[in-house]
Amino acid sequence: MPGNRIKQHPILEIPTRKQISFTWKGIPMEGFEGETIASALIANGVSVFGNHPKDGSPQGIFCANGQCSQCMVFANGMPLKACVELLKPGMVIAPANALPELPNVLVVPPAADIPIIDIPVLIIGGGPAGLSAAIELGKRGVNVILVDDKHRLGGKLILQTHRFFGSTDAVFAGTRGIHIATRLEKELQKYDSVQIWLNSTCLAVFSDHKIGVLKDGSQYVLINPQVVLISTGAREKFLAFPGNTLPGVFGAGAFQTLVNRDLVEPSRRLFIIGGGNVGLITGYHALQAGIEVVGLAEALPECGGYKVHKDKLVRLGVPVFTSHTILSANGKERVESVTIARVDAGFQAIPGTEKTFACDSILVAVGLEPVNELLTKAIDFGYKVFAAGDAEEIAEASAAMFSGKIRGLEIARYLGVELGEVPEVWYHTGEILKSRPGMVKSTEEPRIPAGLYPVFHCTQEIPCDPCASICPKGLIFIDHQDIRAIPAYTGGETNCVGCEKCITVCPGLAITLVDYRKDPDFPIVSIPYEFNYDVTTESEKVTVLDTEGTVLGDLEVVKVERVFGRDHTIIVKVRAPASIAPRIAGIRSKELNQTQPMNQYVQVIPDEAIICRCERVSAGEIRQLIRAGYRDINEIKAITRAAMGACGSKTCNSLIHRLFRDEGITTSEITEQTRRPIFIEVPLKVFAGITDKREEGS
Amino acid sequence: MKTILPHYDVIIIGSGSIGVPAALSLAQAGLKILVLDSCASVGQGSNKRAIGGIRATHSDPAKIRLCLRSIEIFSTWQEQFGDDIEWVRGGYSFIAYTEREEKILKDLLQTQKRLGLNIEWLNKDALLKVVPALNPESLIGGTFSPDDGNASPLLALHAFYTRAVALGAQFHYDEPVSGITIKSGKVRGVTTTRGEYGADVVINAAGAWARQIGKLVNLDLPVRPDCHEAGITESIAPLVSPMIVDIRPRPGSANFYFYQHKTGQIIFCITPSPNIWGYDINETSVFLPQVAKRMIEVMPRLQNIRVRRTWRGLYPMTPDGSPIVGWCKELEGMLLAVGTCGQGFMLGPGLGELLARMVTGSTTPSDQEILDILTPYRQFAGMEALK
Repeated sequence: MPGNRIKQHPILEIPTRKQISFTWKGIPMEGFEGETIASALIANGVSVFGNHPKDGSPQGIFCANGQCSQCMVFANGMPLKACVELLKPGMVIAPANALPELPNVLVVPPAADIPIIDIPVLIIGGGPAGLSAAIELGKRGVNVILVDDKHRLGGKLILQTHRFFGSTDAVFAGTRGIHIATRLEKELQKYDSVQIWLNSTCLAVFSDHKIGVLKDGSQYVLINPQVVLISTGAREKFLAFPGNTLPGVFGAGAFQTLVNRDLVEPSRRLFIIGGGNVGLITGYHALQAGIEVVGLAEALPECGGYKVHKDKLVRLGVPVFTSHTILSANGKERVESVTIARVDAGFQAIPGTEKTFACDSILVAVGLEPVNELLTKAIDFGYKVFAAGDAEEIAEASAAMFSGKIRGLEIARYLGVELGEVPEVWYHTGEILKSRPGMVKSTEEPRIPAGLYPVFHCTQEIPCDPCASICPKGLIFIDHQDIRAIPAYTGGETNCVGCEKCITVCPGLAITLVDYRKDPDFPIVSIPYEFNYDVTTESEKVTVLDTEGTVLGDLEVVKVERVFGRDHTIIVKVRAPASIAPRIAGIRSKELNQTQPMNQYVQVIPDEAIICRCERVSAGEIRQLIRAGYRDINEIKAITRAAMGACGSKTCNSLIHRLFRDEGITTSEITEQTRRPIFIEVPLKVFAGITDKREEGS
Repeated sequence: MKTILPHYDVIIIGSGSIGVPAALSLAQAGLKILVLDSCASVGQGSNKRAIGGIRATHSDPAKIRLCLRSIEIFSTWQEQFGDDIEWVRGGYSFIAYTEREEKILKDLLQTQKRLGLNIEWLNKDALLKVVPALNPESLIGGTFSPDDGNASPLLALHAFYTRAVALGAQFHYDEPVSGITIKSGKVRGVTTTRGEYGADVVINAAGAWARQIGKLVNLDLPVRPDCHEAGITESIAPLVSPMIVDIRPRPGSANFYFYQHKTGQIIFCITPSPNIWGYDINETSVFLPQVAKRMIEVMPRLQNIRVRRTWRGLYPMTPDGSPIVGWCKELEGMLLAVGTCGQGFMLGPGLGELLARMVTGSTTPSDQEILDILTPYRQFAGMEALK
């Protein structure tokens, strides 16, 4: 099938799927069974899904997570979110440019009472935290309903093609996120006491101790749990800049969903805003999918993510602009370029430092905030409630898994099913997994150039220990009590057996092996590699680089190892002069597309930036009210309609707060808006107990 | 020592559906006005929870007259002052599917027509021409009053507020009233967390909280809130013009009603039966299933519309379903404008003008007839037919 599809991937298998036909604006198109409407459209090169009724602005995919409403289309006449609804054969899809006409219905379908289900434990969210908690409860035979709004379990794990950091013992460190999802899912399926409801969204936590759930997208049920665990994860923060709602501006989660889950190419040239782990990792994912990364801008003087993640990008030639911010996304119907500028210490753009780069997509990865509306309600309404993962505190997925495990045990104890205490050390481990990256330490000087030993290009304290866990000889040391320490090699030059397991398990691709045994002047360096570019043939020359991406030279490949069981991580061996061998951290195979700024500067009008995407309310409209003295967000909402749209203020709330901050107004002066049910828009008939599926197909 | 704060001609307690238009009318009359509210901004009590229906087609002549004037104000506001308050003259239609409703509505129609209201009985076919999406099955007919309509409570109140501010009225928020000063049987001022303001007249326009304000001066006002729940959908293409009111009792509910707002959204609300008394406005699981069945029964096409949000709000009820408006005989300078029974938004502009005439001593004989009906000293015996 032609179009914007990923045809090969170094980590992911490209499955064979059944092809189905549909139409878009009357044009016949082909998609795959089981994919979303949005992905089918993107695969066919459609990036503008419609125009907003208020101002005609082009609308496209933004969150790809069912949270915003930007991707709305009409499918067989019904308005629906293209990012969550699956493509059906013969579907007639049209842009949602006008208000929908409701289909004529002649007979009143029979209504039914809404079932009320009593259950000891309801878990909302089947990502790393929810799954881990459900497993602990399943082990103890506790009856649980686990609801998740996606079509498969795992939450964001299923988008993570990289190996995970963290603790090998506690949370599968060294394994790719996608495989962790499968492992947790398989483990959970062993326990009959856990009911798994997929495609099931929690709509509201009510004050009469019932929780409304849209089961399998069509049936409304009320659940009365003894205990509720909120593991709803996080949503991405967004930025206000001119052009921020153009099709082609995505959240990182959306990009990962389209690329790693749906295997479509929403972009050919990507620019990334945000140098935290999410931005860095997503850049790497883009490169693996064959998408060019034009650059990455980070407002702070240093990237906030793990240095090893940043190093991976830098070694692949991605320019990282620290102390830079985005000024605007430029383009008419979709993103055509991005303008960034250097910022001063106060994060203000410095005039004259603007640079514009051609790109077709901009990925915004400027942090996460907890999805905690349901948690807040559950606390307010006096539920026995626990929270785990990002819903409780934003941290890495490894920390989410571990907090889920702890909460699972705590809930079992609360229900009297588990009598043992939660081990104190678990809380300690949980805290370590949540810790932020520490100081960068200088690398230790190379040892005697003889024998065989691993080199760690890992200079920053982060919670991670797979190398220490996997070494069959126990030669790599990381303190078990605190895995944030930098690994140390404790063997001499003869102890390492050269199994290369540490190289392939390292999530940071930050371990190489230097082998001086054959020729001390020209040792063999083994380098991990996760791309399927044509480099990986022997006797080809590759550019070798140090940790920071500095070119050390062009060397001949002596061997390429593709070993089954190493889960797609390739080892490339080069023969290197002894002077540079220990410094080699990575290779680059492709000719770099040198990123060059364009010769134009796009005028910035920040007041134009859209704050509320649903109702198209600009920064200027809200700022004007703030300057006029308005401090109650409810009132700003009443006047401008900001936060009144379909998404329920999931995107704009933090931006409105940001506008207040920019005006020097503190949180204590602001009245927060009233949060109201329901979590997503749902057809009325669902609440009347009418469960017939919408007429779909031809 | 209390901090002595400025003196005002009138202090209004409550910046809601009644207090704000009253402040506007009093400021227009040239008086020095202060409005006090414990909320953070205008209309944050029950006003923003109103669904926006505006009708004159009541059975109580006092309410009819006040609302007729309100409709004049709402419907001409934009041309006079420029703000779009989303007024739409969509009409109201009370529908009848059984002889019971047909009889109630037709009996009432006689009174309403006698009072000069533009309202007619439409038989099934005529009604279906006005509202084609109604379920025709066993539909008998219904009333249609084309001059009624709807507007956005949020935008309308904000427009009144902005205008009142422009005319010099002052509004203080996050400032709850803790006392009303009395000297020699006369109101002298109001105490808040910030100190004591002087005032010649104090208006109790505290809506659902009117009783608590009354207690500050030992008045036991027969006003207590009951809770109604409402919801709003996504926007759809024009489907229904008038507010549809279905007065059939159903298990758990009495009346229910909905209309399509100017934005294309359907806004709906239900009257619980029995009433849910008290101040609890937290969402419950009861409302959506209850209202969904009824809406689809009346208008099957609505089954596919997507519900966006729900909320609960308070109706400050009186024993007979009519507001309490009048001077307090026991306490000079104390004016009551309370107990609007969920109709504060539609009564507000008309009532605001009446209050201004009362304060400035310029009431008309027609006003007096209204005040005779709404007097606090009436026997709360009857019951308004369509509250």
